[in-house]
Amino acid sequence: MLLQIHEPGETPDPHARERGIAIGIDLGTTNTVVAVVDGDQPEVLRDPEGDGLIPSVVALMEDRVIVGRAAQALRAKYPDRVVSSIKRLMGRGVHDVKALAGVLPYKIAASGDAVGMVRLEVAGRSVTPIEISAEILKAVKARAEAALGVDIEQAVVTVPAYFDDAARSATKDAAKLAGLDVLRLVNEPTAAALAYGLDSGAEGIYAIYDLGGGTFDISLLRLQKGVFQVLATGGDASLGGDDFDHALAEWAIKQADVSDLDPAGAAALLLAARATKEALSNSERAMLSVTLRGRKLELEIARSDFETMIEPLITRTMQACRQVLADAGTKPDGIQGIVLVGGSTRLPLVRRKVEHFFGRAPLADINPDEVVAIGAALQAKALTRGSDTLLLDVIPLSLGIETIGGIVEKVIERNTPIPVAKAQDFTTYQDGQTGLLVHVVQGERETVDACRSLGRFELNGIPPMVAGAARIQVTYAVDADGLLTVSAKEKTTGVNAEIAVKPSYGLSDSEMADMLRDSLVHARDDMERRLLIEARVEADRVLLALEAALRADGALLSGDEHKQIDAAIARARQALAGQDRDAINAAIDLLDRETHPFAQRRMDRAIAQALKGHSLDEVEASMATDPAPDRSHPERGAGAARK
Amino acid sequence: MPTRTDDNRAASVGLAPCWSCKGPVSTQVLFCHTCGAIQPPGQADHFRRLGLEPDFDVDIDLAEKRYLGFQRAVHPDRFASKPPKERALAEAQSVSLNDAYETLKDPLRRAAYLLRLKGVDASVDKDETMRDPELLMEAMEAREALMGAESAPAIEKLAAKAGADAIGVLSELSKAFAADDLPRANSLTTRLKYLRKFLEETRTRLVALETM
Repeated sequence: MLLQIHEPGETPDPHARERGIAIGIDLGTTNTVVAVVDGDQPEVLRDPEGDGLIPSVVALMEDRVIVGRAAQALRAKYPDRVVSSIKRLMGRGVHDVKALAGVLPYKIAASGDAVGMVRLEVAGRSVTPIEISAEILKAVKARAEAALGVDIEQAVVTVPAYFDDAARSATKDAAKLAGLDVLRLVNEPTAAALAYGLDSGAEGIYAIYDLGGGTFDISLLRLQKGVFQVLATGGDASLGGDDFDHALAEWAIKQADVSDLDPAGAAALLLAARATKEALSNSERAMLSVTLRGRKLELEIARSDFETMIEPLITRTMQACRQVLADAGTKPDGIQGIVLVGGSTRLPLVRRKVEHFFGRAPLADINPDEVVAIGAALQAKALTRGSDTLLLDVIPLSLGIETIGGIVEKVIERNTPIPVAKAQDFTTYQDGQTGLLVHVVQGERETVDACRSLGRFELNGIPPMVAGAARIQVTYAVDADGLLTVSAKEKTTGVNAEIAVKPSYGLSDSEMADMLRDSLVHARDDMERRLLIEARVEADRVLLALEAALRADGALLSGDEHKQIDAAIARARQALAGQDRDAINAAIDLLDRETHPFAQRRMDRAIAQALKGHSLDEVEASMATDPAPDRSHPERGAGAARK
Repeated sequence: MPTRTDDNRAASVGLAPCWSCKGPVSTQVLFCHTCGAIQPPGQADHFRRLGLEPDFDVDIDLAEKRYLGFQRAVHPDRFASKPPKERALAEAQSVSLNDAYETLKDPLRRAAYLLRLKGVDASVDKDETMRDPELLMEAMEAREALMGAESAPAIEKLAAKAGADAIGVLSELSKAFAADDLPRANSLTTRLKYLRKFLEETRTRLVALETM
């Protein structure tokens, strides 16, 4: 192979960021899938054997980390080193996982910390679910880079619609740790709809029934003219195919009368149960065979018996379907189509139940294991290279605040379109009270202990007043990723004590910094390169804006003034051609100062014209003779508004 | 930088300096007409934000068309690869549009919002004791009937009545606002709020009944 030699300072590979390649990742409980749109069509990236599924399994070995099928193969030999189904622990606290005790195939680290995120005890090490998920994402990133031959830094990652704020931030943290910049967290059902909708140009209300390994989601989306509007979403964050495996495993334990399974035995039994479950999707009877403590177990089971076992679980999904229909104010016959997502929807009983409930056969043309990743890839393309489609998503669970007596006051109701910001006023309940504890919770129930606690913070410095006199405005803001930021301030006295809190079961900033330092993906020069790119983007923006301004109002400048500005532009361009970030920033600052009088004159003229008795419409019309250089500028029906 | 007084003078004629090209831009547009940069959302009320007159009878299809059209232009997804400043402005615009459309599309929220614009505070989101004794009585009787309803058809019958009542209230509301009879509009809004709540309770009861 010939070595290529580059000029110093020239980048050997065009970076994917500049080429605009971002990948779509379905980070699943059982399997992870990565897809990309590198031409027009989305494509799932596969291993040499043609397999698109990367088992979401991580083996923490002595000297290295192994992910995927190879990790799965190590499970029987090293049950204490292999972690699976980690998604179920994302953003969970120690308290949450008590309910899952005994179900999980790994050890939860005993922790005195009741609020922080749960940690795992793996091979004598204590690790967070975020770190385990980051290992999966690193493997995904590597697969994509090998397949596409470029560095990949940007991704759209999907999450269950029902993921709460803590689980979402944890997912974003994991991606960051893996060296991936998350362009957007997209809800899995929305991604699935995108994969279907773009293919068929469908219109109407669609139900997305997503039964994965560990979570169940049901979403209703309205599709019209390229707009994907989520009407309502619901589900169960701890219900999925894993539970079917457990049901089968428990049945086997009862049948064979085995007790005290060691971790290796439990893992082997679960694996066998999964294989049996899958076999039952295609045949009426199947064998469950596993060797436990040297004893070979062969149990036969009929599909109908298995179905009796899991029917209550599937009935639970139907209750969630009923709830979202009610939330969206529609009925089963108002649904145009049902899209099936997730490996567990291969079960014949699931298909029968769904068909019976909605009164029509579900769509399943796209592989249910890959449809979410394909949608994510389409969205990644839309975010980097533009698109005619628009996703309007909602917040899955209500966000509230604790008030006196442990009662929850809802600040943002579930199914509110995002991004959203809502403020609510609260007051003090004691004379002279100077602090207020803000306890942020998520969930539908009326009392705090029945909801999920996302975080607490204190607003201090309220001036002492009689009870009920202070006006404390608490603002909840949810961004397009579904992530919450809370702030609070006291309004009456002008004391503007404001504090912004990102409730998070993710990592604290310092923990994140430590982890990033430890990992090689964010090496120092990588960071420098990012900053340089950012400086260039900003400089480009300033130059484009200035050129537009000169085209529109250049006549306001004398010949000399024009020359002076042109010279400053030339200097900025020169800096922009180099690699020195500080020089670029300095040139832009200078340009800003030198064009200040020009900006002032433009404002003055517009104001003077407006004040001279011209109506604003006329002023605007006179200013708008030059079309915008690169983007249309729809007006907000301003004419109608002013009549 | 323009001084504070300049800003005030500009604001008085509906202008502000564009953050990007520094030139004059109307406070009501989404994008600067000179350089194309996205602008902050400004102070427009929910109706004007969607180019509508503040009125209880709104053309909801038109409101939706505008809402979707503007979202198409300013949604944060359109700005995912832009610098943080533009992303933040896109988010702020998108938040304002969501707020406006969510308020206008729901007749109850629209009525309460319109009352507030007209200086009457009818907070729909808060549970306040109903001051209207007649309504209080009606509410108590309806709740008793709901508690006594043991079957799905019986509950559905109560829900159907409440639903029909709610539709009646809507046309009354429209008349009250048209006549600028704010006290009447206010009491109708309270009644609509109660009917909504009652309908929700019938739904909860139905779900509970089905899952038993």
